[in-house]
Amino acid sequence: MDLPTFWFALIALLWLGYLFLEGFDFGVGMLLPVLGRDERERRVLINTIGPVWDGNEVWLIVAIGATFAAFPGWYAALLSTTYLPLLLLLLMLIGRGVAFEYRGKVDTARWRRTWDVVIVTASWIAPMMIGLVLSASVFGLPLDANGDRVGGPLVLLTLPNVLGALAVWGFSFLHGAVFLSLKTAGEVRERARKFALRFGAPLLLPVIGLLLLAQLPQGDPWTWVPLGVALAAAVAGLARMISWREGQAFALQGIALAGVVVTLFGALWPNVIPSTLDPAWSLSVADTASSPYTLTVITWVAAFGTPAVLVYQGWTYWVFRKRIGTQHIPPVHAP
Amino acid sequence: MELLDIARWQFGITTVYHFLMVPLTIGLSLLVAGMQTAWWRTGNERYLKMTRFWGKLMMINFAMGVVTGIVQEFQFGMAWSEYSRFVGDVFGAPLAMEGIVAFFVESTFLGLWIFGWDRLSKGVHLACAWAFSLATVASAYFILAANSWMQHPVGIEVVDGRPRMNSIWAVMTNNTVLAAFPHTIFGCFAVAGSFLIGIAAYKIAEHHRNSGHDDEDRKLWHGSMRLGAWVGVIAFAGLALSGDVQGKLMFEQQPMKMASAEALCHTEQPASFSIFAYGDVGRQNCEDVKSFTVPYILSYLANGDFTSEVKGVQALVPEYQAAYGTHYPDDARLGAFAGQPIDYVPNLPATYWGFRFMIGFGGMAALGAVAVLWFTRKGRFPKGRWWAPLAVASIATPFLGNAFGWIFTELGRQPFVVAPNPNPSGVDGVWMYTASAVSSGVTPGEMLTSLIALTAVYGVLACVEIFLIVRFVKGGVAATMPHEPPDDEKSDDDTLSFAY
Repeated sequence: MDLPTFWFALIALLWLGYLFLEGFDFGVGMLLPVLGRDERERRVLINTIGPVWDGNEVWLIVAIGATFAAFPGWYAALLSTTYLPLLLLLLMLIGRGVAFEYRGKVDTARWRRTWDVVIVTASWIAPMMIGLVLSASVFGLPLDANGDRVGGPLVLLTLPNVLGALAVWGFSFLHGAVFLSLKTAGEVRERARKFALRFGAPLLLPVIGLLLLAQLPQGDPWTWVPLGVALAAAVAGLARMISWREGQAFALQGIALAGVVVTLFGALWPNVIPSTLDPAWSLSVADTASSPYTLTVITWVAAFGTPAVLVYQGWTYWVFRKRIGTQHIPPVHAP
Repeated sequence: MELLDIARWQFGITTVYHFLMVPLTIGLSLLVAGMQTAWWRTGNERYLKMTRFWGKLMMINFAMGVVTGIVQEFQFGMAWSEYSRFVGDVFGAPLAMEGIVAFFVESTFLGLWIFGWDRLSKGVHLACAWAFSLATVASAYFILAANSWMQHPVGIEVVDGRPRMNSIWAVMTNNTVLAAFPHTIFGCFAVAGSFLIGIAAYKIAEHHRNSGHDDEDRKLWHGSMRLGAWVGVIAFAGLALSGDVQGKLMFEQQPMKMASAEALCHTEQPASFSIFAYGDVGRQNCEDVKSFTVPYILSYLANGDFTSEVKGVQALVPEYQAAYGTHYPDDARLGAFAGQPIDYVPNLPATYWGFRFMIGFGGMAALGAVAVLWFTRKGRFPKGRWWAPLAVASIATPFLGNAFGWIFTELGRQPFVVAPNPNPSGVDGVWMYTASAVSSGVTPGEMLTSLIALTAVYGVLACVEIFLIVRFVKGGVAATMPHEPPDDEKSDDDTLSFAY
């Protein structure tokens, strides 16, 4: 495998890590008003992701940063053409990050309600924008020869992009429910499980639609394999929920997500963004890659950095491995 | 407004705003790690209280630094896609390295620190504090290496008209970043020092008003204040030394920036340093500027020699024109700039006053710190009413110094986004005009939407952050100490401390 292809695969892996990790913390945010019946329960939900959400978000920052370093042309074209969805994403991530940190800092119902609205709104909209932008890269954009968008911002609203938005949103919703039933104790756990079982299948429908849309017209024969793995793992995951094996269900969701990411990025390769106007203007892995020297440098950094990240982030999850219940939540302590 | 103007305003606003949060995070997190170390070594409860109190304020600020940092990373691709295409081979690498090496560590270990008070052993918990605070410093290094490359491109060859990296070592040890990094870190400590002084002064004044408080807390605030003052004094010494090195480099690497910083119109030998100007700096013509000057000083600042020659703006313009052309290329994507003459003189009022305000506000912070050391010697504290408000107000001075420093550095480089290198230590032949860096495919409407939305959200969040900091300062130490559950609630099932 040459270095550009390796970095294409690594960026797919970073997106997989991001969608898997922040997927569940988006889901927890979405489920805040659904599963958290009172203030104490809502704090249980937020504290399941408290120590980790910030580290999860870095996966996005690194995915984008790695794209800049390894494929400047991809980074420049994708980010400038999807300007408004990314702006919305940024505003949502700003609001969410601040809300988690500030929500508990003042002890009044009105203060908390305000930040809850921010958390829920941001957790609903941010994954949609991520789905939209990723789909735009996979399914193509009306790019001219320079890699600039032809037409206004509304050209982004195509069927695949809308499906992509719904797919990431649906996955995160379900993923959050499974995570919560894994990480909480008591009533919240039961409610989360029930939610996952009742709404799991419908929430995954857009994902299936997206997969077929990617696979049928432009997919290679081999990508049927990851597609099949994704579907099988998703079904098996829901089945494990029935028998209360939340840990296994959560892991199976990860496998399903891996199948989806491999199918999509596999269908995309050797392009990074197809041009819907003229195939000659499509941006490819080879065209947009940085020089061999730059790729070698960042490969060394990734070779030493990434395993370290996996170890200490894994350790964080180990330190905070206990289920959280209402009995663990200390009284509010704010001036 | 033109797309370029909107994009530049947006970059300026979001960057200066982000850099209000970052120095406080860097400076404060290192000081908090130091306080926690003192607690770990001595077991003195006072250091624990300091760690908890200042740590809480650091966290309130950290959240804002993180969320505004994401905008920075996306902005290059969103608003400056031509720039990203041009420099991606070099500029992306330190950015990606920052993410993988530094930012992951920061966010992960801050999470462990916040939630790990009872879950981790004291030593491991302290190590988490050091891990994230040192990672903030590493972050600064990577970002400054990227920025320094724009000021002084090194470690590259030019292939097909584009820079291609051939030495990451040269990029990471660019003499520009070796000077800018200590200068910036000392700037962070100056901010943290004034922050400690101002808030501790407020708490001591409060203590004097309600003299029922126990003496223990007064010692804590007195100690914090002296710590802040020492940090402020040392930071200023470091700022002056590193600033001098940086200035000399800049005279060599970007002579136009420094001539504009002095509004020095004609070449002088020996050159005098301008203390302040009257006359009309605002008219963008250095001929109108009259200023009070001190002879010989500028020669020394530029070259370390009191009688050397320093080139003025008028002398430099023809040199720049000869090297980099007189007109922008006639390219439709340059919009209104296509085919127009290039103005090589940066905005004079901004560079002239930016430079002076940077030094002036930095100096005010240092004077304040020295005064605090004097007035608080041997456990004393002045009784006057004017003291505390003045100390609180002076929290702003190093922030302003930092902001003006950045405004000067970035505006002084215009009309270039990647500045060319007239001196032999860099690579000549690589430069990029700001006008050709903007995303030509983005509509002005999109850009304006983001400018308005980000500015509005940042404005609201600034109010929220200040509101919270004030609230926690008023709440004092008690509000940041862990909650002790009554005995009948205690069980083996430990509760989360510092939970959301």
